[in-house]
Amino acid sequence: MTVREVAAEAYREALPVLAVSAVGGLFAGVVLGGMDAELEAVPGLLMLVPALLATRGNVYGSLGARLASALHQGLIEPTLNLDDERLRGAVAAALANGVLVSCFAAVLAFVVLAVLGRRVAPVTTLFGIAAIAGLISGLLLTAAVVGVVFLGYRRGYNPDTLAGPVVTTTGDVVGVATLLLATRIVLAAGGL
Amino acid sequence: METRWSPAAIMRTMLPILVVLTGIELASGFVLDTFEGTLLRYPSLLVLVPVTIGMAGNLGSILAARLSTVVHLGLLSFDPDDEYLLGNAVATVGLALTLFPLVGAGAWVCQTLVSGSRLGVGTVVLVAFGSGAVLAVLAVVVTLVTTYAAYRFGLDPDDVVIPVVTNVCDVLGVVVLFLVVRLVV
Repeated sequence: MTVREVAAEAYREALPVLAVSAVGGLFAGVVLGGMDAELEAVPGLLMLVPALLATRGNVYGSLGARLASALHQGLIEPTLNLDDERLRGAVAAALANGVLVSCFAAVLAFVVLAVLGRRVAPVTTLFGIAAIAGLISGLLLTAAVVGVVFLGYRRGYNPDTLAGPVVTTTGDVVGVATLLLATRIVLAAGGL
Repeated sequence: METRWSPAAIMRTMLPILVVLTGIELASGFVLDTFEGTLLRYPSLLVLVPVTIGMAGNLGSILAARLSTVVHLGLLSFDPDDEYLLGNAVATVGLALTLFPLVGAGAWVCQTLVSGSRLGVGTVVLVAFGSGAVLAVLAVVVTLVTTYAAYRFGLDPDDVVIPVVTNVCDVLGVVVLFLVVRLVV
């Protein structure tokens, strides 16, 4: 193949996926752009945004990949059977990882900003927001990943190629929207 | 249930990686915190944050996945005139130059519809375009260096390159956006 052919093929294959994820990213951005009051009220919250968004992608992307491989190997059935120990184990681990890592990010961000003498909200506020956002986004993304991977597999799609784009597009939107919701809940509860 | 499906086993494998990646992502959060004032004054720029991070990571991870496959097939030579290297690098830059101006215009339109934009459409498009052009080149460099390192150390590029490239490109996304905003706004 010539350079031109390789480039043209790579461009054609990637453009639709990137365009869809750009639209998802813009939606997330609009929510973030409307969050200016909350970001002002909770100093340090903005520092958490990239870490929380990446955690959603890393944790639930891995859940999708794990389920996809298990379907290919015949280890799990593409039905929503909560008695299945493998499915339960994978979902429980993803939820626990997602919440734990979000809380870790909140504490570490607080420590860094406090040590450097920057303006930062109380650690309990950031911790509470990260925990609530981690749990709600985890439940939503688990439903999205399990649903799309199982339904896609039953209809004859390769679950490996479905899981990635679903997580990257829904992960950002769900991540920012649940961050806003969690911040409102914590602020309404008196900022903890 | 065999051990590799138990929640404890999955968490033992993943948590250390997640903690390291979170540390890297907090570095980009720190940059955001540093220019929070500018972002809050011009929410159109805040709208650009998730999409810039996401696109930078996606450009890097798609390039990494494609190069990994070529490595596995034994077709990649790492010569400067290798057609797979050059072709994929050209496509990455081309994709960024196509999509980032549209993303900038989209961000401006969304923000204007939602609550009005204090920045002109030209400025927002210029910020997105400038960031995209720089990020595409950086994504190519980071991916090539990481893929080459994995290849030299005999590691499977699928395991190593994609997480490293995605998270490094996330951080670069914020840093480049910050620098371009400084220059343009």
